[in-house]
Amino acid sequence: MSNSSVVSVVGKSAAAQRYKAGVLRYVEMGYWQPDYTPLDTDLIVVFRITPQAGVDPEEAAAAVAGESSTATWTVVWTDRLTACELYRAKAYRVDAVPNTGPGSKSEQQYFAWIAYDLDLFEEGSIANLTASIIGNVFGFKAIKALRLEDMRVPVAYLKTFQGPATGIVVERERLDKFGRPLLGATTKPKLGLSGRNYGRVVYEALKGGLDFVKDDENINSQPFMGWRDRFLYCMEAVNRASAATGEVKGHYLNVTAGTMEDMYERAEFAKSLGSIIIMIDLVIGYTAIQSMAKWARRNDMILHLHRAGNSTYSRQKNHGMNFRVICKWMRMAGVDHIHAGTVVGKLEGDPLMIKGFYDTLREPRTPASLEHGLFFDQDWASLRKVMPVASGGIHAGQMHQLIHYLGEDVVLQFGGGTIGHPQGIQAGATANRVALETMIQARNEGRDYLREGPQILRDAAKWCSPLRAAIDTWGEVSFNYESTDTADFVPTATASA
Amino acid sequence: MMTNIGARLTQGQFSFLPDLTDVQITAQLNYALQHGWAIGVEYTDDPHPRNTYWDMYGNPMFDLKDPAGILKEINQCRKAFPRHYVRVTAFDATRGWETPRMSFIVNRPAVEPGFALVREEREGRSIRYTIRSYAAEKPEGERY
Repeated sequence: MSNSSVVSVVGKSAAAQRYKAGVLRYVEMGYWQPDYTPLDTDLIVVFRITPQAGVDPEEAAAAVAGESSTATWTVVWTDRLTACELYRAKAYRVDAVPNTGPGSKSEQQYFAWIAYDLDLFEEGSIANLTASIIGNVFGFKAIKALRLEDMRVPVAYLKTFQGPATGIVVERERLDKFGRPLLGATTKPKLGLSGRNYGRVVYEALKGGLDFVKDDENINSQPFMGWRDRFLYCMEAVNRASAATGEVKGHYLNVTAGTMEDMYERAEFAKSLGSIIIMIDLVIGYTAIQSMAKWARRNDMILHLHRAGNSTYSRQKNHGMNFRVICKWMRMAGVDHIHAGTVVGKLEGDPLMIKGFYDTLREPRTPASLEHGLFFDQDWASLRKVMPVASGGIHAGQMHQLIHYLGEDVVLQFGGGTIGHPQGIQAGATANRVALETMIQARNEGRDYLREGPQILRDAAKWCSPLRAAIDTWGEVSFNYESTDTADFVPTATASA
Repeated sequence: MMTNIGARLTQGQFSFLPDLTDVQITAQLNYALQHGWAIGVEYTDDPHPRNTYWDMYGNPMFDLKDPAGILKEINQCRKAFPRHYVRVTAFDATRGWETPRMSFIVNRPAVEPGFALVREEREGRSIRYTIRSYAAEKPEGERY
């Protein structure tokens, strides 16, 4: 053997050793790179990891990086046919989650920061993105629980997505409604009304002052009311109310169905009847949502998304994914409206977390803000803005709080708070609209409307009897439960570490 | 006569409130000016919900930052068109918006006859709807 071939054998040996058949720790396979600096074009993800007993946090993070990118459970020589260093996701940072572990109520958890190269993902496909990031890895045995907390989507990847079909700016221009939240309501009861009876609720609520009425998520086409009847009666109601008020009005016609073909058929029918808005449910899946968003863009239709199903994976803190990631994916996928919490209503929602969701949907860029659950600076690359929808157990008496927490680019939906009004549906709608306009007026006048809110409403109730009745009925109703999804951060953690 | 609860056209931010006084209008102008928005005054006698382009009472007042001066313009427009709808719109030139951010009615005719809904029955049970303003049956300038 010549000297030169000895050198070459020694040179190869590190790689040969790495790719020897068998099982290696993930940290040894290249998925843990604490010195790595993410590129501007990398997709970066923060996971919350609860490792199995005896698995150290770096190995757990590397395992998650591996299983969500190139790795399998054993070494494969075919890696050597590829630019595998590029395709490997790189876990580069692990932080203990504050208030977890010994002495706390929960097991030790870690935030793991993982970077993925842009070439791992197909352009314009939420399905492809999610197949990696929330694919097999969530069932992986080496970790007890795993939660996707946040994701920095690089501008280069964002630019491959259409984004909202309409967006806040264009929606407002089409509706000719500026400077105040939009008002909506969900038709109740959710189930059982015939098409004719259903349209009655829509007409009354719109004529009374709402901008929108909405199908509920599980109103599709059932024995008590077929979808065509619902669409026909609702459009009669919408147009009658529009003529009665001189305003553009709409009803979210839910086109959710068992197949894409059925959904397209329903959407086309809604368009042929002159509807300005249709609706889909989150449970139809990411690809179906993207298809409907493209259809909506092509057909000048506003696209409302109901987040049916999200709480199955977003509510518990140790496993699943945070709703802020759904907000990001839905802005990319291209919906115009999404239910994103009320703070004060009947459904889950910590005020700071909800601000994080709303900013994610509406802002041109969101700076990292651990207080609001945002781990990354996110530039939205001029993707249009999504209108958040606040729905569930809210009423006119909370108007000052709703505007304070949620701002003016939001749809406030008062279903029970409109339809359950003691003087009837029109009066319920009027109470909500008067409460809204009077509070926006007070805000613009520079008044301390959050503090003075109840008095501002009582003053308006002096000349508006529907508002007076609403306050008498629901003035004291509130839902004060502790939120399950809150931020985990210690403001001084970095400084004292 | 319109049959909704307020018996009036409900376009704009404040149509469910009693008509704004000059003091209240000035407070709203201040809010717009604090945000750097330019205020425009527009009028029409065709308030169809999809009549986007009301006539401008001059260009938006990009360089007028004095609410009293803007209120004067508004009042001149109301005086010139006492039976028209007059609205105040605030335009935001910020990137990502570049659109109206406020719009509210400050003048309306004494009588608002409202709109007819015209139905054209089509195949199946489909109906094509048209909204027609009673006032707009007459020529421009002779309505209300």
